Parts: sequence; structure tokens; C-alpha cells
Amino acid sequence: MAEEKEKKDINEDEVIGKAYDSHLMRRLLQYLKPYRWLVILAIVLTIGVSLATTIRPYLTKIAVDNYIINKDEIGLRNIILILFGTLIFQGILQYSMTYLTQWIGQKTIYDLRMNLFKHLQQLSMNFFDRNPVGRLVTRLTNDIEVLNEMFSSGIVMVFADIFTIAGILFFMFSLSWQLTLISLSVIIPLAYATVIFRKKVRIAYRDVRFLIAKMNSFLQEHVSGILVVKIFNKENKMKDDFEKINYDHTAANKKSVLYYSVFFPIVELIGAISVALIIWYGGGKVVQGALTLGILISFIQYAEMFFRPIRDLSEKYNIMQTAMASSERIFNLMDQKTIIPDPEKPLELKNVKGNIEFKDVYFAYIKDEHVLKNISFSIKQGEKIAFVGATGAGKTTIINLLCRFYDVQKGEILLDGINIKDIRKEDLRKNISLVLQDIFLFSDTIENNINLSNENIPLEKVKKAAEIIGIDNFIDKLPNGYQQNVKERGVTLSQGQRQLITFARALVYEPKILILDEATSSVDTHSEILIQNAIEKLMEGRTSIIIAHRLSTIQKCDKIIVMHKGEIRESGTHQQLLELGGIYSKLYQLQYKESLAQ
Amino acid sequence: MTYLKRLLPYLKVYKKKLLLGFTVIVFGAVFTNIIPFVISRAIDSIKTNVEFSSLGGYALITVGFALLSGVFLYFTRQTIIVVSREIENDLRNDFVTHIREQDLQYFHFHPTGEVMALATNDISAVRNFLGPGIMYSSETFINFIMALSLMLSLNVHLTLIAVLPIPLISYVVYRVGKSINYKFERVQSQFSDLTTRAQENLAGIKVVKSYVRENSEYEIFERESKNYQEKNMSLAIVQSFSFPMMFLLTGISVVIVLYIGGNMVIDGSLSIGQLTAFIIYLGLLTWPIIAFGWIVNLTQRANASMMRLCHVFDSKPEINDTEITDNNITAIKGEIEFRDVSFKYGTDLPFVLKDINLKIKNGETIGIIGHTGSGKSSIINLIPRLFDSVNGEILIDGINIKKIPLNVLRSSIGYVPQETFLFSDTIENNISYGNEKLDKEKIIAASKISQLYKDIDLLPKRFEAILGERGINLSGGQKQRASIARAIAVNPKILILDDAFSAVDTYTEEEILSGLRDVMENRTTILISHRVSTLKNSDRIIVLKDGRIVETGTHASLIQQEGIYADIYFKQLLEQELEKLD
Ligand SMILES: Nc1ncnc2c1ncn2[C@@H]1O[C@H](COP(=O)(O)OP(=O)(O)OP(=O)(O)O)[C@@H](O)[C@H]1O
Ligand SMILES: Nc1ncnc2c1ncn2[C@@H]1O[C@H](COP(=O)(O)OP(=O)(O)OP(=O)(O)O)[C@@H](O)[C@H]1O
Ligand SMILES: [Mg+2]
Ligand SMILES: [Mg+2]
Repeated sequence: MAEEKEKKDINEDEVIGKAYDSHLMRRLLQYLKPYRWLVILAIVLTIGVSLATTIRPYLTKIAVDNYIINKDEIGLRNIILILFGTLIFQGILQYSMTYLTQWIGQKTIYDLRMNLFKHLQQLSMNFFDRNPVGRLVTRLTNDIEVLNEMFSSGIVMVFADIFTIAGILFFMFSLSWQLTLISLSVIIPLAYATVIFRKKVRIAYRDVRFLIAKMNSFLQEHVSGILVVKIFNKENKMKDDFEKINYDHTAANKKSVLYYSVFFPIVELIGAISVALIIWYGGGKVVQGALTLGILISFIQYAEMFFRPIRDLSEKYNIMQTAMASSERIFNLMDQKTIIPDPEKPLELKNVKGNIEFKDVYFAYIKDEHVLKNISFSIKQGEKIAFVGATGAGKTTIINLLCRFYDVQKGEILLDGINIKDIRKEDLRKNISLVLQDIFLFSDTIENNINLSNENIPLEKVKKAAEIIGIDNFIDKLPNGYQQNVKERGVTLSQGQRQLITFARALVYEPKILILDEATSSVDTHSEILIQNAIEKLMEGRTSIIIAHRLSTIQKCDKIIVMHKGEIRESGTHQQLLELGGIYSKLYQLQYKESLAQ
Repeated sequence: MTYLKRLLPYLKVYKKKLLLGFTVIVFGAVFTNIIPFVISRAIDSIKTNVEFSSLGGYALITVGFALLSGVFLYFTRQTIIVVSREIENDLRNDFVTHIREQDLQYFHFHPTGEVMALATNDISAVRNFLGPGIMYSSETFINFIMALSLMLSLNVHLTLIAVLPIPLISYVVYRVGKSINYKFERVQSQFSDLTTRAQENLAGIKVVKSYVRENSEYEIFERESKNYQEKNMSLAIVQSFSFPMMFLLTGISVVIVLYIGGNMVIDGSLSIGQLTAFIIYLGLLTWPIIAFGWIVNLTQRANASMMRLCHVFDSKPEINDTEITDNNITAIKGEIEFRDVSFKYGTDLPFVLKDINLKIKNGETIGIIGHTGSGKSSIINLIPRLFDSVNGEILIDGINIKKIPLNVLRSSIGYVPQETFLFSDTIENNISYGNEKLDKEKIIAASKISQLYKDIDLLPKRFEAILGERGINLSGGQKQRASIARAIAVNPKILILDDAFSAVDTYTEEEILSGLRDVMENRTTILISHRVSTLKNSDRIIVLKDGRIVETGTHASLIQQEGIYADIYFKQLLEQELEKLD
């Protein structure tokens, strides 16, 4: 349990918000706004349908009382034809109404889904560090799906029910207000039961939504890590762990089933009590002659009609509750403001030269645990700079800051003398090509993986980049060449091939600044040398930043910066650093002790 | 409907509960239908001016019956709906049981998003059929029978006329149902694609951000989302049709009865009271028939989803224990032999390993080097049977690995995959993943050998620190070292390190290797690397080229051969030599 709680803590998303139903509802209704006329039309249609439904018994009564009793065959045939007409009319209305509500539902959830997707794209890396993909996917898919039912039938039906209730109340009061008050006195316990039910069911549903997200996260993680599951022979553990989550999910669902199985009979019972009251009190009045029998009969009918929509409403409540639980999560996500903001008045970036400067930069991923301390350095246009240092020293972090995936806590980062906080992220990143340390390919074609589906980058350019990197031969030999789908994360390629493709990706964007974070770590020496020579030509006059553990890749750099535990310890050219006899020279000797010995 | 048959074994488990449920439904329906009679009796008694007190009696009976029917209603939900939840649970467990058994290859064709959609969305559709579907259909059935028998008792001739539209209704239901099944299947498969797209985008969000591809990603997702919406609308056209259609057909039935019955009254062959009663009973029939349409809808959806699920249930992994498996084998020593092994990833793909012959002695350390894509990872993937070789055989301790129980084989191997994968769990649980019973000291020892200990020491919660997804809050090298620690922690007979130092600096690599030397002492070790420095102390080094072993020998002997290995070696040296000349 402690572990459970801890997990919840790091996932702020799961902290239960204080959103009230009405508040959520208002936000949801916002999404219906563009379709408000259609919603009104749907409600009008619903009223039309119920009118047509109620007029039929009346027509039947006329047929019986006026024609059949009077043996008027022609009249009977005519009224039958009218009845037929109403039937067809009702059918058409009903079809249009159902289709229309479905249409509205689909449109609204489409809008909502796209809105959420757009919002997710804007959230910062900090957010993604803390939120598993599986959970976010659940929000975008299952949770939004749940809203569909509410938008498509829920809301319109609720209006219809409310209209019905209002109509019934009107008729009842106009018939006898005393009897109305007596028969509806049961509303008080009903309201009480409803309040309790609402509260309980809401919590149960919230648990259900939480557990579905958990289930999805579990699956997403274990399916993407299935290799590790298999290698370590942990298929059984995977099953057991899943069964636990599944069990909780079922338990939460069973809890809500329990609330429903108690609540529904209670509504029925209260309805019956109301009828009983009418019989007892109203019957007495009829006996006394204070009420007519007709009024009593219609009261009984009305009471039954009154409780049906109430019961329906609670059934709708089922839909609504699930929808509320989902929308609560969706809106929580939408309210996530972990966004790296763009400046209000962004400065234009024209013709980026590629001068980069870090001034007294401090940074911590988690509050107060500084990963970078007092980092200052500058890179001039066209320079090649290398970062070296033990693993975990903070090299990747420097890159993360330069690309503004995170914002510095102290100090500033300048590009061509402009603080990067004063330019739009888009403008900044468009000038940088970054080969990430963690290789990621989309399950898409090789071409789309290199140009990232950018139509402005034609296939020729893609091929050119592949040639420079030296994977053109390999790609040409694939059954579908550049159109070969590499599958999820590029599983059908070798690790080195994947890395080469991410490298080609960086080149094809012709950046002003090229950043290589361990970009050839999984590549053979031959390719590495090939790429190095190519880069040297390609990046002439442009700034490049290289992070590498293999010192051979960086010796020709203009400047080498040695990082140690989040600080810059040494910097200078290869030769200078060797003469300094510090960390770098030690690393160097270690790597080349053999050749030095020769 | 055919796929729903597959649910029978699941239903059988809850036979008793379901039987109780059905009984309770019958009683519930009886009491619900009795109440109106009580009320009408009460009204009749008012007409005849009875005592005030007997009204109270009727009132009490009404409430009493409502109470009874309520109790039955409660039990109906507690049996049938609860069972549907139980079966959902069982189905989902079975789904995961099947999924985890699938070959690695399976997952190349079934992306994560698809698996997620199946486990949640499709199973939900089946559940909807099992719970509300079964509950309402049995209720409906009982109501139908009751209404029908009341009608028959009044007038057989009219009843036959009233049920005349039923064949037509059945036909419409059949056609609509078929169409729903087809369209719903398309909706579900598009939902899968949508899920997959969302999951890809979010998993690769850093790439998306670096290359400012947010807008294009938006457009791609928009396309999938639009497509999904369209498929749903196309389903809605059919679905919206079924409900009004049922209404219309039952309405027609009433009108026909009214017309013919009316004429019968005019003829004098039927009394007006009988006709009125008949029409009221016919009204009772309307709801069951409409509900029938709705149930068909649920059923068809469930069938479409069940079909998708059955694809998983029916997909049998090829790599598994079979009848040739010798369960007497409980441990292995670690001698590995490849005999004429060739391998390819698909029937229509070229061979990536060709005629591999290699014998690795127990306790030997083997280094593998070769160009990108030469087949290094492929060759070692065959040892834990992540894939099976196409030709030839692989033997461990002289026994074909297909005869060794899979769990014995895999739990004897410590494997550091080339692509690091960590779980979003504590560091401790990640290290002890392969061996949960491991005590803390061993975990610490493993983390010390892999040089991760120092880094862990700096973390605020140390071993209890929780990693983000895939270990996102660790540096590249830290992740890789955690993966090394995890492999060491299983205390394996065979240790495989696939390019396991690519993200680690030379100094740390040196330290890990010297720590490993003790560990490797008496176990078979396979090291893959692009760096000669990592391999040169191996007992033997093999060089792969285009899926063939082209050179074998010790570091010294390979240098003398002046082949590929020597070439790589000199290139790696040369870079440095060149530098010296500056
Ligand atoms: N997203 C994150 N959240 C929290 N801590 C992080 C995150 N990313 C990295 N760290 C921590 O910050 C420190 C520096 O990490 P960084 O990735 O910059 O190292 P690095 O120099 O690139 O190492 P390597 O050579 O292993 O890639 C490490 O201790 C790491 O655990
Ligand atoms: N699942 C797969 N489906 C189809 N082809 C594959 C699959 N996995 C690998 N390949 C192909 O098989 C060949 C050998 O791949 P392998 O991963 O064994 O190379 P490697 O020697 O490990 O390379 P690297 O040094 O890059 O890791 C490559 O050409 C690769 O594209
Ligand atoms: Mg790094
Ligand atoms: Mg490999």
C-alpha cells in the first residue's frame, strides 16, 4: 500500500480534483456549443416523437369510441389510415432524432479528442517524465469514448425526461394539489437515497477509471518490454501482476453494481409507496365524494409515468457517472499547465548564426537536486564542440536545456545573443537537429522516419542523407526499399541501423546547429569514420555539438568540455587537455593505453 | 454469432449463480406484472364504495409486492450482472495469459496500441452482452411469453394476425444485425489504429518536439480520428435504423389488429371489451420486441469483438514447450553449440544467418564483432529461443535446446539486450526483476559490479527511487548499467552482453569489465561490441560478416590474419595515431 501511495504521489494526475459535477458539466457543455442548434433540433424532435407516441392511444380511443361502437366502417378505415400516417411520421422523426444525436455525439467527442491531443503536444518533457504513456493513451481513447454515449444520447434524453416530468407535474397540480403533495411526499426519501447513491457510485466509478488507466499502463509497458519479460522468464509474474490489477478493477465494478442493485429496487419501491398513498388517501377522498374516480385513475397513471423517467434518469445517471469520472480525468489533463511557455512578444530569429552561450546555468529535474551547477561556456558560429564525462555527469541535460525541453532555474542560455526564453520554441528548435541518445523510430516507412512525414523534404533528399550515412545500400535491398515499414520502434532493424536512420533524420533537416548525443554509439567503426568525414564537410561553417564516450570521435573538435558531476571541470583542445593531465588525459590514456604502449 | 460460442466455457463456471439469476428473474417479472392487477382491484373496490380500512389493505399489498419484486430485482443484478463482471475478469486474465505467451515475432505485427484496445475496449463490448444483454433478453423473453399467453387466452385468431409481422421483424433484425457486425468490426479495428497512433506519438514525443513536428503529428492523428468518426457514423446509420424500425413494425401490428378486430366487432364476432383488452396486451408486447432489437445490436457488437479476441486466443506460439521437451532437465551447465544454423526473420525475407557452426565451451568467454546489421544480435537471440533457427540445430550441454524446458533455458541466461528497457518501478525491483527473492546484499553486489551503486547512492530514495517509464529519469549510461546489474543478479550460467557498454564511458566500462571478470570466471559469456578494447581479452573472438562467421581466433591470432578484425583494430588505433601526428 505504501508503494501504491508513493506511485500516486509522483503521478499528480491521479490526485483527485475538487471538480464538482456542475462545473464539469459546464465544461462539457462547452463542447456542444458549436452544435447547439442541432441539439435544440434534436430536443424538438424528441418532443415530436413523444407527442406522436402519446397521440396514438388517443386515436385508438377515437377509433373504438366513435367508429367501432357506431359500426362506421368507412370512418374506421380513415382513422386507421391516419394512424398509419402517424406511425410512419413517428418512425421518420425517431430515425432522424437517433441519427442526429449520434452525429452530435461523434462530432463533439472528435473535437474533444483533438483538443486533448493538441494540448498533450504542448506539454513539457517534465510532464512526460512523470506520466506513463499508457495512461495518457487511455485518456485519449477509452475515456473519451465513454463520453460518446453521454453526448449522443445522454444529454438529449435527459432533456426529454425533464420535459416529461415537468409536464406530469403540471397536470397533477391542476387536477388536485393536495393529492399531488401527498403522492409526491415520497420525493424526500427518494432525493436522500439519490444523494447517497450518487456519492457512492461516483467514488466507485472513479476507481474504475483509475484502474482501467492502470491496466492500460501495465499492458503498454509490458508489451513494449516483452523482450525483457521473456528473457527473464517472467511471463508468470506478468500474468500475476496483471491479475491483481484486474481483480481490483472487477472489485470496483462490482461495488458499483451493488449500489445499482440496491438503488433501483428502492426507486421502484418508493414509486409503489406513492401509488399506495394515492389509493389510500385518494381512495378515501373518493369514498367521501371529495374526488372523482377519474381523477384518481389518472393520478395513478401519472405517478407511474412520473417514476419511470426518474428511474430512466438514474439509468442515464449510469452513463453520466461514467462520463463524469472520465471527464474529470480528461479535464485534469487539460488543466495541466506544465508547459514551457512561449514569450508574449517573441523576438524574430533571422539567419541564425549559431553562437551559443551558457551563463551561470543551474538546473535540477527535481527540486533542489541540482544536476547542473554553475555551467558557463560559449560556442562560436561554426565551431565543433564536444562534451565528455562519466555517465550521469549531465551531458544530455545540457542538450535538454539548449533545446528548451526544460527551463533553467538560474542563469541564462543565449543563442546569437538572445535569451532562448525570448524566442518561440518552434523557431529555436527548427534551427537545431538533435540526434537523441535514446533511439526512437515510428512504426512507419523508412522514408517517413527520416523526413518525419514532412512533405517539404522530397524522397531524393532522404536518399541523399541515407547515402551520406551509408545505409542506402541496406535500404535498397529491403523488399520495399524506402517504403518498408520498420514496425514499432523499428524492431525489424538492427540497433545500429536504427541509429543510422535517426542520424539521417538529423541531416535531412539541414540544421544550423547539429547536436549528436552518443549518435554513433551502436555503429561499427567503418560507418563511424564514414559519418565523421561526411559531417565534417557538411557542417562546415555551422555549429555542432557532439557528446561521445569514444574519444576518437571528438579529437578533432575545436573545443572539448569535460563534465564531472554536473560541473565543468576542464575545457580546451585535445592537446591542451592532454597537457593539463586531468580527467580527460586519464580517460584518454585508458582508452588508448594499448596504442600508447606501442 | 459463431464466436460467442467460445464464451460457453466461461459461462459454465458460474452455472449455479446464473441458474439462480434466471429463477430470480422469473419471480421478479411475475411480481412486477401482478402489481397492476392489485391496483385495478383496488379501483374496482372504490367503485363499490367499500370500507375505508380495506383501502389501506390494498395499499399495503401494493407496497409488499413492490418490496418482493425489489428483492428479486436486487438478486437479479447481484447474480447476472456480477457474473458478467466475473467473466470479464476471467476473459481478461486469459487474454493476458495468451498475449504473454506469444512469440516475439507476434508483437512485430501487433503493436502495443492494438493489444491495449483489445484488452479494454473489445472485452468491454463482450461484457456488455454478457451482463445487460443476458439480463434484458431473459426479462424480455419472459414478458413476451406472458403477454403472448394473455393474448392467446383472449383470441387465437387475432393473436395470429398480431404476430404476423414477426417473420418480417426477424428478417430485418437479421439483416441489420449482419450489417452491424460488419460495421462494428471496422469501428473496432479503427479504434485499434487510433490507439496505436496515440501511443506512438506519445512514446516518441521527444522526437516530435525536437523536430517541431507537432502540427504534422496533429494532422496524422486528425486523419485517424476522422476516419474513426466516419466509421462510427456509418455504423450509426444502421443502428439508428433498428430502433424506429422495431417501433414501426410493432405499431403496424397494433393498427392491423385494430382494423381487423374493429371489423370483427362491427360483425359482432368480437366484443368491444375484448378488443380493448387485446390492444392493451399487445402494448405489453411492444417493449420486448423493441428490446429485442437492442439486444441483437449488443450481441453483434460482442460477436465482432469476440472474433478479434479469438484471433489472439487461437494464435499459438511456435516457441514453446512441446512433447519433445524433456522435463527431467532442471539445470544446464553452459556449453553451447551451433550446428549448421541458418536463420531468417520471415519466409519472404533473406537469410540473416548462414551456416553458423560454433562451439562455445563451458566457462569460455566469446567476443563477437561485425558490421552493423551483420547478425550479431540475431545469433544470440537464438540461444534463449527468442526466435527458432530455420535450419540446423543449437545444442546446450549436447542437448537440442528445443528439448530443454523453456523456463529452465531462459532462467539460466543473463541477458543484457542491446536496447535497454527498464520498468517504471523502483531501482531495486528492476535489478531483482529476474530473481525476485534476491536479498538486498546481492542486489547491492550486482549494482556494485555494474558500477551503478555510486549513482544510486546519490539518489534521494536510493534503491527505493522509482523510475519513470523506460527509466526516463536516468541518464543513458545509468540505464544501461541498471540493465547489466539486472542480468548479473540472476546469477546465470550463460551471460550475454549485447553491446552493453555503448552508453558507458571507457573508464566505467573498464571498471565493470574488471568486476565482471570474477563473475565470468566459471560461466559461459558472450560479449558483443564494436570496440576491440572490449573484446580483446576474450578467450575467442568471432567476426561476423553478412550473417557468416568469417574469422575466428584470439585477439593476437586475428591481428596476424590481417582480415576484417585487424582492419577494425587498426582503424580504431589509426584515429588515435593520426591525432598524434598533429
Ligand atoms: N528526466 C529526468 N528526471 C530526473 N532526473 C534525471 C532525468 N534525466 C536525467 N536525470 C539525472 O540527471 C543526471 C544527469 O543525467 P544526464 O542524462 O544529463 O547524464 P549524461 O551525462 O548524459 O550521462 P550518460 O553518459 O550516461 O548519458 C543523472 O544523475 C540522471 O539520473
Ligand atoms: N525482427 C526482424 N525482422 C526482420 N529483419 C530483422 C529483424 N531484426 C533484425 N533484422 C535484420 O537482420 C539483420 C541482422 O540484424 P542484427 O540485429 O542481428 O544485426 P547486428 O549485427 O546486431 O547489428 P548491430 O550492430 O546494428 O546491432 C539486419 O539486416 C536487420 O535489418
Ligand atoms: Mg546522456
Ligand atoms: Mg545488434
